[in-house]
Amino acid sequence: MASGRFPGRPVVVVDGCRTPFVRSGTDFTDLSAYDLARAALSGLLHRTGLDPREVGLLVLGCVIQDCDTSNVAREAGLAAGLHPSCPAFTVTVACVSANVAFLNAAHAVASGQVDVAVAGGTETLSDAPIRLSRAMRKRLIASQKARGPLDLLRRFAGTRIRDLRPQIPAIADFSTGLTMGQNGERLAKRLGVTREEQDAYALASHHKAARAQRDGKLGAQIVPVTVPGSFRIVREDNGIRGDSTPEKMASLKPAFDKTFGTLTAANSSFLTDGASAVLLMAEEKARALGVRPRARLVSSALTAMDPLDELLLGPAFAVPRALDAAGIGLEDVGVVEIHEAFAAQMVANLKLLESEAFAKEKLGRPQAVGKVPPERLNAWGGSLSIGHPFGATGGRLIATCVQRMEEEGARYGLVAACAAGAIGNALVFERVEP
Amino acid sequence: MKAVQLEKRLDGVAVLTLDNPHGPHNILSRDLFEEFRRVLEEIRTDPHVKAAVLISGKRDFLAGADIKSFFAMKEPSEGESLSREGHALLDLIAESPKPFVAAIHGQALGGGVELALACHYRLATDDPATALALPEVTLGVLPGGGGTQRLPRLIGLAAALPLLLTGQRVRARKALRLGLVDALTSPGGLKETAALAARQLAEGTLKPRRRRRKLLERLMERPPLRALVFRQARKGVLSKTRGLYPAPPAILECVREGYEKGLRAGFRREEALFGELCASEACKGLLGLALAMIELKKPLPGPQGRKVGTLGILGGGFMGAGIASVSLKLCPVVVKDVSDGVLGKCARTVWEGLSKQAKSGALHPFERDRLFARLHPALDYGDLRRADLVVEAVFEDLDLKRRVLEETEAVVSETCVFASNTSALPIASIAERARVPERVLGMHYFSPVPKMPLLEIVVTPKTSPEALATARAFGVAQGKTCIVVKDGPGFYTTRILSPFLNEAMVLLEEGAAVEAVDRALKDFGYPVGPVALLDEVGIDVGAHVAKEFGDAYASRGLSSSQALPILFEAGYHGRKNGRGFYRYDGKRKGRKPVNREVYAFFGGPKRKEMPAKEMAERLALLMVNEAVWCLQEGVISSPRDGDVGAVLGLGFPPFRGGPFRYLDSLGAAEAVRRMEGYAERLGPRFRPAPLLAEAARKGERFYGEA
Repeated sequence: MASGRFPGRPVVVVDGCRTPFVRSGTDFTDLSAYDLARAALSGLLHRTGLDPREVGLLVLGCVIQDCDTSNVAREAGLAAGLHPSCPAFTVTVACVSANVAFLNAAHAVASGQVDVAVAGGTETLSDAPIRLSRAMRKRLIASQKARGPLDLLRRFAGTRIRDLRPQIPAIADFSTGLTMGQNGERLAKRLGVTREEQDAYALASHHKAARAQRDGKLGAQIVPVTVPGSFRIVREDNGIRGDSTPEKMASLKPAFDKTFGTLTAANSSFLTDGASAVLLMAEEKARALGVRPRARLVSSALTAMDPLDELLLGPAFAVPRALDAAGIGLEDVGVVEIHEAFAAQMVANLKLLESEAFAKEKLGRPQAVGKVPPERLNAWGGSLSIGHPFGATGGRLIATCVQRMEEEGARYGLVAACAAGAIGNALVFERVEP
Repeated sequence: MKAVQLEKRLDGVAVLTLDNPHGPHNILSRDLFEEFRRVLEEIRTDPHVKAAVLISGKRDFLAGADIKSFFAMKEPSEGESLSREGHALLDLIAESPKPFVAAIHGQALGGGVELALACHYRLATDDPATALALPEVTLGVLPGGGGTQRLPRLIGLAAALPLLLTGQRVRARKALRLGLVDALTSPGGLKETAALAARQLAEGTLKPRRRRRKLLERLMERPPLRALVFRQARKGVLSKTRGLYPAPPAILECVREGYEKGLRAGFRREEALFGELCASEACKGLLGLALAMIELKKPLPGPQGRKVGTLGILGGGFMGAGIASVSLKLCPVVVKDVSDGVLGKCARTVWEGLSKQAKSGALHPFERDRLFARLHPALDYGDLRRADLVVEAVFEDLDLKRRVLEETEAVVSETCVFASNTSALPIASIAERARVPERVLGMHYFSPVPKMPLLEIVVTPKTSPEALATARAFGVAQGKTCIVVKDGPGFYTTRILSPFLNEAMVLLEEGAAVEAVDRALKDFGYPVGPVALLDEVGIDVGAHVAKEFGDAYASRGLSSSQALPILFEAGYHGRKNGRGFYRYDGKRKGRKPVNREVYAFFGGPKRKEMPAKEMAERLALLMVNEAVWCLQEGVISSPRDGDVGAVLGLGFPPFRGGPFRYLDSLGAAEAVRRMEGYAERLGPRFRPAPLLAEAARKGERFYGEA
């Protein structure tokens, strides 16, 4: 557990943006995570007009690594026009990668090591690294030492047909062997989250996102991506289904447990490509540069629980800790942005936050954490409707949170997310009065 | 400080560093020869020196010869003796028993390559800055330092001829592939690596790398196939240059002589022909241009412009995309247009241009990504708010241009410069309603922007010197040669083009055939005939410009031909809609056929023979005369600017040096005589400009006695 009031000098978020989030295999299918991060970063520099030499650190989250650009933050930062002297590193903490990237950058700012940093994340699920089987990989590596064509042939002798089958990565926990979806099913069954509850939650997410898209709220956080090849200029998320209906939602077959399951493709977040970038700096630096700070980071929590039974419950464990550290209650928070991995996970987390039993048993508190008023939660849609490029989602949550805080006049904002390995994160922001 | 520094190392390697104390480049000149000879003698006689390295202390290896000195040569014997001295000097290196290694980083041009060729081993850095070329042919001369002899011997006839005849640049990797260099290395530690190579050559542990030539290539270098190769090359050269440029056939002649009679004979031929070429008119014309272009790269006196941190471009069409392409290396570029379709096409044009550079080795592929990331497609004016310079490249429509200026002024800072990329609309009338007219000027680019070297900057009486300095410095940084001209109908280039094109229409009306007119002007030295050019720029544009111009100068008898507007009305737009003076429906390859339908607009299909020389002269003299008018009216500030603008922007025959140098070589009196003859026969449009008449009377030249 790592939680507490954020130490050091005040750190503020100045701006946040992202590429459009698009369904994998669509607009960005020929791009790499490096390309997407480059677009998000150069978009951030362009829209803020910041002198790139000011940026002292870049941290990006990324989950599915492309071995060509294993430190994707560095490559994308250079290509996006950050100064070559700006160090950059990539963190991987599953779905909270960008949250942790942000925390890393914030710590560097708070401690005075840098004044200005950029954090965010990038992900493409259109081009997951599909590997040869272990047996083939071994032969290939050994074959580099082959002397002559005969020796080369000898090294491949004994290859079996099944060795030629490629290995496709699964979105699963290594320790439990369960995919996220399978574990979501376990969670739904254990807590009695019904199909109807899930469908209703997911439908609302799509409708909220569609409204925010129509009103230009999502557009305000999006930087366009020009796709080499097709040369389409992509400016919009393409996973939002504003026209979806309860009937349509109900018509889908369960995806993970075909016979008794309740999780479907429509009430689970879909595979998405996209990148995000958040500009943060020391509050005093923002004033010196004459840029407007939007929100100050007050507290944070990074938690980890049992990957089998407490997976997907990150928010329920992390939120109370971050709130406690900030010295406020859930009722003080005007804007709540929680990552929607599955509708079932959202409903479960909200239930647990309201549950006194959970509070007593798992958190050691006498009372429930509280009820999240629906109008404060993910008012512009969430990962279920906008999409979930694993490493990038945290940047979207932070950008949306500070943007909403400003528009809704909220004093406090809360960001929370769960991740594989039963990791959880929560961040509390306080608006900086202009 | 000496231009050639000698360092004798303990390992027996002598390092000769070329480091011109008088300027940023190493330049071959007689003074350098002298010093070189002394140093080479020292290397020859010092028994401790086993091998030598030649390296540059500058950014480039060696930028060529002192071309100003060529300019002054009047007699063939002057160039001949210079070439002979060069050969003698380079022979000292080539025939030295101690191996010489040329360590090449940056550009090696002309004499720089020849110096490297005389060495026993060439080591180049694998860096985008490194490039080798023998550009002498583009200056109307030939490589007079053994280049025509040593290059084909090193890399083979088939590979050498294109380099000698076009002057094209060869980057490091291609140079290695061709065998022009023996090895590549990284820029850091070049000297040490070269010293190691020199030591190993002396010890005999390193052998120079020679490219294995294919059988066909080897056969081509022996009789009887060789004679055929030379014949074909000569034919190609003559058909390309139409016999107007003496340098390419002279180069072929030297190469042939060397193959047939040996290296020494080849050198002698090189000396003789180098001398002849240096004294030729064509060489003076080309050199004059080259020198003018160098001068025009220097900053103007007076206030310095502001640095452009962000460039805005209005209009993502082909022009806008071209301007973006040449600007991305300088700063982020925001292109604003009304639709993502246009912006996407713009991005495609930029990307494809960058990719081509990446493929040739001019740009690292990662650098392409970095530059492309600086291109921001925008649908909203708000994205332009941080621009320091906005160039509009929207349609040629006065109201539209005024409106985009107004809309731009609403978002940009007070100091932002606004440039219109119009080819004919007066800048002052675009700026009429501007809030800050001081910031408005014209930046007239030529299409395709990445290829065309000229930028015509147009200033109104209100344009501030700061705005001019900003635009000009940016243009120079884009790699453009900038001429600054005064506002007026057609500025300079469009203005002198207009009577030229109009006269082509008059010729058609008189009964000339389309292809005959074009051929006549190509034989005069224009790269494209005037009628084909009209098809390229568009008949609508031609009609529009002709009208504006005819109206403005009607008093001088320059009324415009009525044919163009009528043709346009009838649906002939030129190449863009496939209907013009030529037909574009045929196969891509080969010559395009004349569209005989158009003769209906010029008095019927019957065409008559007209003297080609006269046709060319009528057009050329009208262009030249208009250029003199421009000088007289102060539209251009010097003959130099007029020459550069006409050659780089309009394809005025480069070997003639431009309108003013052409007049100087023809003689003002002779020009006036011819023009008055035409004026009598054909009308007052041929009346010589007063300034020209005055020059004729006084026997003056536009360039003084140079």
